[in-house]
Amino acid sequence: MPDELDELGAHIERMRPECVLGWSVDFGELNVEVASASVVAFAEFLKADMTCRFSTLVDVTAVDRPGRDARFEVVYHFLSMHRNQRIRTRCGLREDDMIASITGVFPAANWFEREVYDMFGIMFTGHPDLRRILTDYGFAGHPLRKDFPTTGYTEVRYDDALKRVVYEPVKLTQEYRQFDFMSPWEGAEYILPDEGGSGAGD
Amino acid sequence: MGVMVGSNTTERDGIAADGAAVTEINRELRDRGFLLTSVEDVINWARTGSLHWMTFGLACCAVEMMHTAMPRYDMERFGTAPRASPRQSDLMIVAGTLTNKMAPALRKVYDQMPEPRYVVSMGSCANGGGYYHYSYSVVRGCDRIVPVDVYVPGCPPTAEALLYGLMQLQRKIRRTGTIVR
Repeated sequence: MPDELDELGAHIERMRPECVLGWSVDFGELNVEVASASVVAFAEFLKADMTCRFSTLVDVTAVDRPGRDARFEVVYHFLSMHRNQRIRTRCGLREDDMIASITGVFPAANWFEREVYDMFGIMFTGHPDLRRILTDYGFAGHPLRKDFPTTGYTEVRYDDALKRVVYEPVKLTQEYRQFDFMSPWEGAEYILPDEGGSGAGD
Repeated sequence: MGVMVGSNTTERDGIAADGAAVTEINRELRDRGFLLTSVEDVINWARTGSLHWMTFGLACCAVEMMHTAMPRYDMERFGTAPRASPRQSDLMIVAGTLTNKMAPALRKVYDQMPEPRYVVSMGSCANGGGYYHYSYSVVRGCDRIVPVDVYVPGCPPTAEALLYGLMQLQRKIRRTGTIVR
């Protein structure tokens, strides 16, 4: 299995050297780094190439890494029913960058890209209907960005006088308490027993 | 679920009291062949015995709500029936996480229910946000949107717990009376 993935990765890099920035096989999965400008061409290639035939788009999602210069990473998962292979395609994106929509190649990307837009605020050019999909009507902000507070900015309440549900700024009776100081999600400074000092995380 | 022969403000609204009441009714029927009671008691009896519930399943709690309605616990023993329409229901069981986006819809459904109407808040999420209390998209308790009569704790509550909550609601209706509410 890993050999096949290595062959596939080498094949993809050989066929599309201008798209592929790098590839690796990690934990038995093939990851390809792609330039954000050539996402559509690369998706077309994956779908059409007879060695690949990645005909199914499984997921489109994104990762926010505020420390990096290219803050966002848009991730595409494809499945080849014909070759029984999977591939993960990643492309870095700066905060003010836009990325081309792949709905023309994979119509399934439509709602996935809407979700990524909703959660991260990444704009997809050429998308037929780029609206929010999950969050509330009139929602402000993009919840999965790391700088978005967990509790958000507004909360709802039924107002007896106005006879409707009203939006108000969040007022918590008790602040959110985080006890897990070693959580990797909180950017912990790992203190390993043999080092004695502080080892940095990512 | 017998007719309360005496005043409905006494302590005789427990489950044990029901048995006593039934015995008393039987005795009266046997002795006289008819029954004397107040209209208020009859109305309350009818109301506790026909709580048609609005199925407002929002998340995993809805599955437990279904279990309560299924043959093992069989909520219909208590005269309830699931109604898909708010206009035909007396009781709304809010079963699951109430999100900000859903809140106006929940209130609209509640407003469509005819009086007297009752709300059972089922599970941690409906009671106070529960696991999602600090989320940006979840209402911190459905009592911010609708007035709640009975809170059923649990995540999710078992079918037995919901059934017990329903019985507590019946008890509340019997105790308070519903003509003034």
